[in-house]
Amino acid sequence: MPVTVPYRRYSTNTAHWWIGRAVHDVVKGAGLRPTDIDGLSVASFTVGPDTAIGLTQHLGLSPRWLDNVPLGGASGVVALRRAARAVQCGDAEFVVCVSGDTNHVDSFRNMLTTFSRFAQDAVYPYGSGGPNAGFALITRHYMRKYGATREDFGKICVAQRANALAFPHALMKKPLTLDEYMTARAISDPIHLYDCVMPCAGGEAFLVCREDAARSLNLPYASVLGTIERHNAFPDDPIQYRGGWAMDIDELYGMAGIKPDAVDFVQTYDDYPVICMMQIEDLGFCAKGEGAAFIRSHTLTADGTFPHNVSGGQLSVGQAGAAGGFLGLVEALRQVTGTSLGAQVPDARIGLVSGFGMITYDRGLASGAAILAGAGA
Amino acid sequence: MTKPLVRPKRKDPLKKTREPLLPHGQRSRTALGLTAAAAEGRFALQVCTDCSATIYPPRDACPRCLSLRIPFKDVPNGGTLLAETTIRTSIDVYFRERMPWRVGVVELDCGPSIVTHLHGDAREGERVRMEFKLDRSGQAVAIALPERDTPNMADDPEWRELTCDPKFRRVLITDGRTGVGQAMAKALSAAQASIVFVGLADPWKPFPGEAALKAIERVEIVPLDMTDSVSVDDIAGEIGGRVDILINTAEHVRAGGMIERKGLNVAREEMDVRYFGLMRLAQAFGPALRARGADGVNSAAAFVNLLSVYALMNWPAYGAFSATEAACLSAAQSLRTELRPGGVKVMNVFSGPLETEWYQSVPPPKVTPDALANAVVDGLRRGLEDVYVGDIAQDVRTRLAVNPKAVERELGA
Amino acid sequence: MDAQSLLGFAAAIADGSISVVDLTHTLSPSFPTIVMPPELGQCAPFRMEEISRYDERGPAWYWNNLSMGEHTGTHFDAPIHWVSGKDLPNSSVDTIPVASFIAPACVVDISAQAAANPDYELTVADLEAWEAAHGRIPPRNWVLLRTDWSKRLGRDYVNMSEDGPHSPGPCPDAVRWLIDERDVHGFGTETIGTDSGQANHSNPPYPAHYFVHGHGRYGLQCLTNLDLLPPTGAVIFSAPLKIRKGSGSPLRVLALVPRRE
Repeated sequence: MPVTVPYRRYSTNTAHWWIGRAVHDVVKGAGLRPTDIDGLSVASFTVGPDTAIGLTQHLGLSPRWLDNVPLGGASGVVALRRAARAVQCGDAEFVVCVSGDTNHVDSFRNMLTTFSRFAQDAVYPYGSGGPNAGFALITRHYMRKYGATREDFGKICVAQRANALAFPHALMKKPLTLDEYMTARAISDPIHLYDCVMPCAGGEAFLVCREDAARSLNLPYASVLGTIERHNAFPDDPIQYRGGWAMDIDELYGMAGIKPDAVDFVQTYDDYPVICMMQIEDLGFCAKGEGAAFIRSHTLTADGTFPHNVSGGQLSVGQAGAAGGFLGLVEALRQVTGTSLGAQVPDARIGLVSGFGMITYDRGLASGAAILAGAGA
Repeated sequence: MTKPLVRPKRKDPLKKTREPLLPHGQRSRTALGLTAAAAEGRFALQVCTDCSATIYPPRDACPRCLSLRIPFKDVPNGGTLLAETTIRTSIDVYFRERMPWRVGVVELDCGPSIVTHLHGDAREGERVRMEFKLDRSGQAVAIALPERDTPNMADDPEWRELTCDPKFRRVLITDGRTGVGQAMAKALSAAQASIVFVGLADPWKPFPGEAALKAIERVEIVPLDMTDSVSVDDIAGEIGGRVDILINTAEHVRAGGMIERKGLNVAREEMDVRYFGLMRLAQAFGPALRARGADGVNSAAAFVNLLSVYALMNWPAYGAFSATEAACLSAAQSLRTELRPGGVKVMNVFSGPLETEWYQSVPPPKVTPDALANAVVDGLRRGLEDVYVGDIAQDVRTRLAVNPKAVERELGA
Repeated sequence: MDAQSLLGFAAAIADGSISVVDLTHTLSPSFPTIVMPPELGQCAPFRMEEISRYDERGPAWYWNNLSMGEHTGTHFDAPIHWVSGKDLPNSSVDTIPVASFIAPACVVDISAQAAANPDYELTVADLEAWEAAHGRIPPRNWVLLRTDWSKRLGRDYVNMSEDGPHSPGPCPDAVRWLIDERDVHGFGTETIGTDSGQANHSNPPYPAHYFVHGHGRYGLQCLTNLDLLPPTGAVIFSAPLKIRKGSGSPLRVLALVPRRE
């Protein structure tokens, strides 16, 4: 049973607290004790100066497998990949994959100034104080190159908001109309208010173990049909219009033994709607450049023709730091096990989760994807 | 099209002066290679010695072949503006009060993509010229300019923020007695400075060019004796809050080395005029300059030192003088850091021997006062920090970068 | 002279029946100094650097460091200052007999001539005419040349042209006459220098310096308020600083004058 620690806009608690709470909830929810946990994977931006190792002592765990996943929005997929391999070859039995971040009033600003060397040298001096300008440039370039419009992006955001209204942990609680999306205040042209996630505090966690272990504990579970990971893909593209998935997508579907049309819902990483559109293309649902047309010809709500970010995604739930990279995966686990807290995609058996992140200069470097199947798939 | 700058009105004496803020100034050491280039107005990037890749952002290994031999070299600065955005809101306090602010990404002809500030006339999809300029933190930033010059280009707000253009600013030239001082007054008036204060010491001593100096448009003569602390303090008290660019033209040039010049009298004068004079200016004018770095169109912008290039390496024929100039250079470096919180640049303009009386016996090439003045105006317009004027200065600089010990020997030959 | 007379003299100063006239310009940075040709060593102008002023550099006190030349502002010239006096005994400010620092003065007024001609030089005839009115110049008296030049300010005081300064002084014959014929104690002027502004063209150049110091006598320069002195009867106090081997020094020059009723 994956867990979500309810998000809060600002928190005076530390990341250690949020992570600790998520670990507690996932261990208890599985009917286990902390001493049963022999694998730990941690993704967090604000747990510094600690990393995963400091948390072992802090939380009283003695794992024989330990991982630190500093990959932002790709953390969930990558944590899953690593933990699955550990369990497969017997390095660990029960791996807790956790992501949690706090959000103090100055967390965002502090993180930006120390995010990466390239951000320090070549981005932060250029005005924005954040990734908004960089993604505005990517969005603008994509719109000019492929003819996508703000309305196309707006449709993604509006559908995600509709999905979020049923999700109890979403911080955005009011419906969003396309008109409100279009007329919202500009942040960095062409990005406006509802293209941007709201940073918040929160935690997400899930357990990775062998199938027979899950069954013996009577836990609802999903299987990993296939996963890929790729970083710093297409470095010679002058500006980003595609991500790492485009390099390895055939291997993903080949490993899973399915085609894209077998997927019941898609959880893209939604830091900005242009990236959702890019993922829909690179994950094989349409050709490069046809993302806008695809969006126009589908409905993206949980009950639609292409269910997408069915708990609302970060754009409507909130981005709890690195936990934003777990949000889509945790929702996918709930969907394929029929345990959704909000809207349920009918007959959701196979879900595709995509991760993306780490804009250290002008493009997201990390990417990954996983295809999950529920027990009945 | 750039809106032409409007001459600022007189300052409202009841309004709080906007405090200077700085953009983010932290850089990795390798990235300071860009700062070195921007200081001199060069466009340089790392170029791999082994595979010729041009690299950006600055880093410590070639991303194409992993070579560690990636020195900075001057590269062609043409490119295409791939995308632009107008930032409307920022959590960064410096940019927050300068919104809206345009940035873009340019694909350089030489290879890399570069996130950059934009001149207002740089258009998406079109060709641009790139420059590295020093921003208010004294660090290099890129700015994309339209491929061809456009009307009123220098008045663009993002460009003006990165430069020290004398247009509509008030200038103090510390000594108008000399040929250099007079050429400076002429050049700054022509550069549309709104007032050119010219300092004169010893009003009872006439000098050639006096009438012509007083006739230059917008020149105001003020009493200023660089060797007299009281004089410097007094004039700073009167006009310090209205000086945006200070150009120190006080000179003292005499031949002779450490042994040859008998006694210390000349050396005392030399240090008093040049080094202590600089210190007096720093103490008297520095605080006001530093406080007014963000004070509107005619904000405090620059402190300009005219230095002998022999400040960098002693020329024994003028050995004691070279040592004094070296003291001034070091002092200017300190001043640069001390004025930085105000976003005020210290510009050092190095020249070899000048076409003035105390270099009379030195063979050409020599730098005329007009050439020096024009170099100062050009340096201010481009926001440079280190300017080398004339063949000798550029020659010394080039040779120093290769083998300083050789220069020491050759200057002593 | 007994002690009573001396005390009576002090009382007379205290009650004003002897008036004390200050013949000294205030030492300030703006007072012009003599300018030598640029290749030669220059006399330092007067400068003050504040050490502290009831502040963090010195909380309860105010004081300054000074720099100046021996010949800055109102100043005394000792015989050793000139080449013609270099080998004389007791010729520096620290070895001049101190009694020499107090002496009576004759004030010779050529202010009208100087007003008409800045290069006017005092002649023997001028001195003889003065003596006809005021009596023979006694031996060992200062002769102070009143030109009212001290009333001029700034540029007009130095009166510098392309060929140098133009200010009044004595002609060579007048100096020789004062020394040979009248055993003068010393020569004092209101201008910068005891010689005229164009005296480098005289024969010999700078005759006042040459002859006065060559005969072991003294100079006073940049005096003011000579128009407040009677032609005779003033007593000058002019003690320079006791500088080791000094050629002169800035000083306070005071004239004691009987108060007119």
